[in-house]
Amino acid sequence: MSGLYDDPIGHWVVVVVAAAALLFVVLTATAYTVWFERVALGRIQRRPGPNRVGPFGLLQLAADGLKLAFKESFIPAKTDKVLYVIAPTIAVAAAFLSWAVIPIGLWYNVQYWIADVNIGILLIFAFSSLNVYAIVLGGYASNNKYSLLGGMRAAAQLISYEVALGLSLVPTFMIVGSLRLRDIVEYTVHWGPYTGPIPLILITPIGFVIYLMAAIAETNRAPFDLPEAEQELIGGFLTEYSGLKFVMYYLAEYVNMITVSALATLLFFGGWHLGVVPPVLAFILKVVLFLFLYIWLRGTFPRLRYDMLMRLGWKVLLPLAIANIIVTGIVLVAVQG
Amino acid sequence: MTDESDAGRAQGAEDRKAGDPTPLRRPGEGVPPKPKGDRPSVAGDVAALAGGLKTTLQEFFRPVVTTMYPEEKTPRSERYRGRHYLRRYDNGLERCIGCELCAAACPVGCILVIAAENTDENRVSPGERYAKTYEINMLRCIFCGYCEDACPVQAIVLGPEYELSDTSREKFIYTKEKLLEPLPPDVEARLGAKKKEEAT
Repeated sequence: MSGLYDDPIGHWVVVVVAAAALLFVVLTATAYTVWFERVALGRIQRRPGPNRVGPFGLLQLAADGLKLAFKESFIPAKTDKVLYVIAPTIAVAAAFLSWAVIPIGLWYNVQYWIADVNIGILLIFAFSSLNVYAIVLGGYASNNKYSLLGGMRAAAQLISYEVALGLSLVPTFMIVGSLRLRDIVEYTVHWGPYTGPIPLILITPIGFVIYLMAAIAETNRAPFDLPEAEQELIGGFLTEYSGLKFVMYYLAEYVNMITVSALATLLFFGGWHLGVVPPVLAFILKVVLFLFLYIWLRGTFPRLRYDMLMRLGWKVLLPLAIANIIVTGIVLVAVQG
Repeated sequence: MTDESDAGRAQGAEDRKAGDPTPLRRPGEGVPPKPKGDRPSVAGDVAALAGGLKTTLQEFFRPVVTTMYPEEKTPRSERYRGRHYLRRYDNGLERCIGCELCAAACPVGCILVIAAENTDENRVSPGERYAKTYEINMLRCIFCGYCEDACPVQAIVLGPEYELSDTSREKFIYTKEKLLEPLPPDVEARLGAKKKEEAT
């Protein structure tokens, strides 16, 4: 396999096949994430969630997708038509691009990736910040005050939290000494008798807490879902979108959720390493647990007020992230001499 | 400056004394001191958030309370007022004697009764007359049950069914044939018991 990957033509074959497989897997995973969210949120509120279409409502998303696909492709009057159409496609493209550099351990010593670049995590940050263009442009092009307000909130929120998100991972890079996701997962420690990979959350727990909050804000999920804010902004940047264009935003949101969960798994929970559990199962289990955390938080906490959101981002998370970097640096120098 | 404003306040207080019985308070006067244990702290906030998460997780593992409606139904009262029925005597004769008291009692006028004379050849009800036409417009009916109260022979009763949706407006004009469908046996039994109770 690695011989094929190194061959110039074989490389493209591998990449195209891997990308096609990835599209299929991530789209399916997205559909079932939506199902999982609706069921889990239902159980938190002591109702059953979707249970009519197919066994346990598992085909609910197929029904919803069909319904949305057959809706009229409607563009409201006086919108910026080009931007209005392009914006959701940016969201989807940015969401899927991140998966180009995410490695998945399929079996012992068998890993899957499309591009094994040495700046993997940096690329993911670059792609995930494209998401803000989708939301701002969508909000601007809709020619609707709620959409514009949602877009503006998204811009301010995503920029604020991106800083904390990036800085929260710097200690990890300092410890591992690489931005390649595979290196971070395979990071090996020699603690007394134990030699092997460990979940990095044991070393940088504060980094994980900052990452968690910033990542939820980055993906516009409750309790940081101010750009959408159904109650005050009627859906924010989504207000004027319907049918398949709405599906694109929705899809992007859930793909981003899975991306963030997968990243957390890789960066903080040891990726596909989990004792005797087979790697791919361990990876899926950790991602699902992280997704449950997302849903659990959504089912528990009310949305933050806008000024609280900004205060948390700039006055709490950012200084904490910087302090975390400084302390990690000092400890590293002290340990390594 | 301070003296002046204090003086001004005092002056204002004097002015108010005449009409307004509420005494003016100095800032902070009479406000109970904040309890020291309730100071906001990071640990307290995190504990509060964790408490919220614990509550929702507990709810997650408790049974759902939803009634799975079409398969499962909530219990109804014995005296539930659903769709109407016209009753018959045990010998098969219709109870309705075409007196139109139900139509007169109906607050929305949704009952139409056209009576005809019974003859020896064509005996429909035991009385002098019977209802040739008996129609209820279910779209207008408010299910108040006044028709049941008004009826002297307990001919019209409201049954337990409430799932009355249909596909056209015409189908909501319930004709005499439809209303004469036999009552659910448990309701019939209950009405019989009630009648005996009244007789004794």
